Amino acid sequence: MAAKEKEQKQPLPPLGTWAPAVALGWLVPGGGHFLLKRHGRGLLLLVAITSMFVCGLAMRGYMFQPQSGDLLTTLINTGGFVGDLCGGVLYLLTVAFGYSQVDVPGHVHDYGTKFLVTAGLLNLLAMVDAFEIAAGRKN
Amino acid sequence: MKMNLSHFEAALLFSLFVSVVLGVVTRNTDRERLQYGIYTFICFLVALFGLGWLMYLGHG
Repeated sequence: MAAKEKEQKQPLPPLGTWAPAVALGWLVPGGGHFLLKRHGRGLLLLVAITSMFVCGLAMRGYMFQPQSGDLLTTLINTGGFVGDLCGGVLYLLTVAFGYSQVDVPGHVHDYGTKFLVTAGLLNLLAMVDAFEIAAGRKN
Repeated sequence: MKMNLSHFEAALLFSLFVSVVLGVVTRNTDRERLQYGIYTFICFLVALFGLGWLMYLGHG
């Protein structure tokens, strides 16, 4: 009980300790880990997330755009857009250079779309990990 | 450049990338991370083959 209360009442560390690592982690996959001197883990994250994103692009995956309409359409497109956006510089470069594909049927394209969104969501996990390391909650 | 992968190849590649990241971010020591990454990858493989057979048998 006491341990649970202690865990719940952990104060948020000062912004300056974790914000640069989280921001760099968003921009470059694994960047937060590199900033925090976890080079091995940063490299693994960089290679895995970037490879997944590039595979998604090579499979001509669709980049979501926020759309309104019925609940399911809004949920899928907005959620997918947030997932894509979490890819950081990979997403920004893809959009800037016009590599964003239109949505076409086919299992390869469908896998590509999932690869792109999942790469972004995995980068989100890496950002949370960078936050925990910077906040001293994890080694 | 365009990749043309089968369902199996794409799912295998997906499992590999996700397992690496989950292994890196979820545990505290390198040994635990490696073990968890391998465990996650095996879970993906079991689910992949299990669901594959289920769909094959269910399809008739």
